[in-house]
Amino acid sequence: MSGSQYQIKNDGDAGQLRLSGRWTINCDSQVADSILNDFRQEPFGTIDGGSIEAWDSSLVSLLLRLDQEAQQRDLSLKFQAFPQGVLELLKLARTVPEREGSGKNKEEQSFLSFLGDKAITDYREAISFFCFLGESVKSFYRLLRGRARFRATDLRDILSDTGPEALPIVTLISVLVGIILAFVGAVQLKQFGAEIYVADLVGIAMVREMGCMMTGIIMAGRTGAAFAARIGTMQVNEEIDAYRTLGISPMDFLVLPRIIALVIMMPLLCLYANVLGILGGAVISIGAMGLSFTEYWQQTLNAVDMTDISLGLIKAFIFGIVIAITGCMNGMHSGRSASAVGDAATSAVVAGVVFIIVIDGLFAIITSLLGI
Amino acid sequence: MTQPTDNSIIKVEDLTMAYDNFVVQRDLTFDIKPQDIFIIMGGSGCGKSTLLKHFIGLKEPAAGRVLFRSDEAIGQDGSEYVDFWQTQDSKRQALMQRCGVLYQSGALWSSMTLAENIALPLGEFTDLSPSDIKHLASLKLALVGLSGFEDYYPSEISGGMRKRAGLARALALEPELLFLDEPSAGLDPISARMLDDLILQLRDNLGCTFVVVTHELASIFAIGNNSVFLDADSKTMLTTGNPNDLVSNCESETVRNFLTRGEGG
Repeated sequence: MSGSQYQIKNDGDAGQLRLSGRWTINCDSQVADSILNDFRQEPFGTIDGGSIEAWDSSLVSLLLRLDQEAQQRDLSLKFQAFPQGVLELLKLARTVPEREGSGKNKEEQSFLSFLGDKAITDYREAISFFCFLGESVKSFYRLLRGRARFRATDLRDILSDTGPEALPIVTLISVLVGIILAFVGAVQLKQFGAEIYVADLVGIAMVREMGCMMTGIIMAGRTGAAFAARIGTMQVNEEIDAYRTLGISPMDFLVLPRIIALVIMMPLLCLYANVLGILGGAVISIGAMGLSFTEYWQQTLNAVDMTDISLGLIKAFIFGIVIAITGCMNGMHSGRSASAVGDAATSAVVAGVVFIIVIDGLFAIITSLLGI
Repeated sequence: MTQPTDNSIIKVEDLTMAYDNFVVQRDLTFDIKPQDIFIIMGGSGCGKSTLLKHFIGLKEPAAGRVLFRSDEAIGQDGSEYVDFWQTQDSKRQALMQRCGVLYQSGALWSSMTLAENIALPLGEFTDLSPSDIKHLASLKLALVGLSGFEDYYPSEISGGMRKRAGLARALALEPELLFLDEPSAGLDPISARMLDDLILQLRDNLGCTFVVVTHELASIFAIGNNSVFLDADSKTMLTTGNPNDLVSNCESETVRNFLTRGEGG
C-alpha cells in the first residue's frame, strides 16, 4: 500500500493540509521535513487527517512539531477528522509543560572558556589528589597507633590478588623483556666482539630500570584498574556511604589494606621480575651466542651490585604506593553510574602509568647527577 | 539561644539544601518526635533523599540547622540539642552511631555475607565476643524474616530480601533512630506490606523513631503518623503533620492531590 502522502490546498486565506496513506516510523522520514518546510514558507490553518490509514507516534511527533511552530508564530492550527487516539496522545504530550530550567544548557563553549574550565578542573583534581594523599598518611598514622581497623581477611585476599595471582603475567613480560634486551645488545656488541657484555647490559637494565618499571606498568593495568572499579562500584551501590554513616572510615577499611598489600608485593614482584629477566637474557646468550651459563652468571654478578638492586626495589616500593593511591582515589571519587566507574578505571591506569614513567625519569636524572 | 521545651528528637530549622549553586529546597522547618514514623514525601526529584542525607552526615546544609536531642548536650548553653553539623566530628560520630540507615539499594557490603554485614558494626563498636556477635547477627536476620540466610552473599538473594537484610544491618547497633530511604520501592505489594508491618512492630517493640522517605501512598497512610511534604516547584515544604489528617484538611491543593493520586481534593 502507499506510503505517507500529503497535499496542500489553498482555499482563501488559510490553507489546508490533507494527510493520507500510512504514517508510521517505517515510512519515508523526509516527508515530515518537507511538510515542516512548506509550513514555514506558507502556513496553513487546518490539517485534515480523514484519510489516514495507519499511524503511530511518528505522526504525533510531526503534529507536535507543527503545533509548536504555529505557537511560535502566534498562528492557530486546527486538527480535523484525526483518529481519536492521535488527538489524545497530542493532548498528553502537551499537558505537562517543560519544566523551567530543566533543559540542559547546550550553549557552544568558546575555546577560552573551555581552556579555563579545563584548568579549573585540573587544579581541583590536583588539590584532591594531595588531600587524598594526606588522608592516607593520616590513616597510616592511625594504623601505627593501633586505631585504624580493617578485616584481616580483606588484607589476605588483596595480598593474594596482587601477589601470587600476578605472577604468570609478570613472568611472561619479564622473560620477554630480558630476551629483547639481550637481542638488542647482542646485535650491537657483536660488532666489537664483546658479546660477553650482553650480561652486563641485561643485568643492569633489568635490575635498575626494566624490572620495576615493567612490574609497575603491569600492576597499574591489572591492580590499579581493579581497585578503581571495585571501589567505584561500591560507591555506586552506596556501600561507601554505609561505611561512613556507621562511623567506619572507608580510608582505613578499604584504602589502607590495598596500599599495604601493594607496598609489600611490589618489591617482591620486582625482585622476581629481575631474576626472570636475567634468565631470559641468559637463554639468548647461551642459545644464540654460544656463551656458557657460568660465564654469563659470573659476568652478571660482576656487573650488578647491591646499589643497583636496592635502587630498583626502592622504585618498586614507591610505584606500589602510587598505583594503590591512584587506583583507590579514582574509585573513591567515582561518579554514581556505570560509565563513571569505567572512567575511574581508565584514569586510574593512565595516571598510574604516567606517574610511574615520570618518577622513573626523575630517578634517572637524580642518580646520574649523584653518580650512583 | 533558647530552645522551646518540647520532646522532639530531631529539629530542623530553616534548612536550605543546595548542590553548588542549585538550590534543592529552602526554609525547611519541622520537628520529629520520639517514636514517630515520620514520612518525608513529595514528587520525584524534589529532594527527599537529599534531605535524608542531611540527617546521616553525608551532605552539609547550605544554610540552617539540623538539631539532634542529646543527653550529654545539656550545659553548653542550657540547650539539650546538638547542632549536628556544627559540633565536633567526634560528637557527630557519636550521634550517628545512634542512627541506623537503610539505603535505597540496600547497600549491603558485597564482599561480605549477610551475617558478616551485620557483624561488622557490632565488632567495631561493641566489646561482644565473636560468638555473641554471631548469635546477635542471626537474631537480627530472624527479626526481618531471613533466618537461615546467614552465609549468603548479597548478590545471591532477591531485591526484597536485600532490603530486609539492609534493615537488619541498620538495626545492628540498637539504634534509637532509623532512616529508611524508599524501603518499599521495587517490592511487590505483599512484600511492601510485610515491610510496613515490620516497621510498625519494630517501633512498638523496640521504641525506635523512624524517618522514612517514600512516595508509596499505601505505606504513607499505613505507617506514617507525622510527615513533611516537599514541593519541587516552589522548592520548599508545603506542610507538615499526620498524613491521615492532611489528606482531607490540608490547605494546599498540591498535597491533597498527591495524597489522593489527583482524584479527590
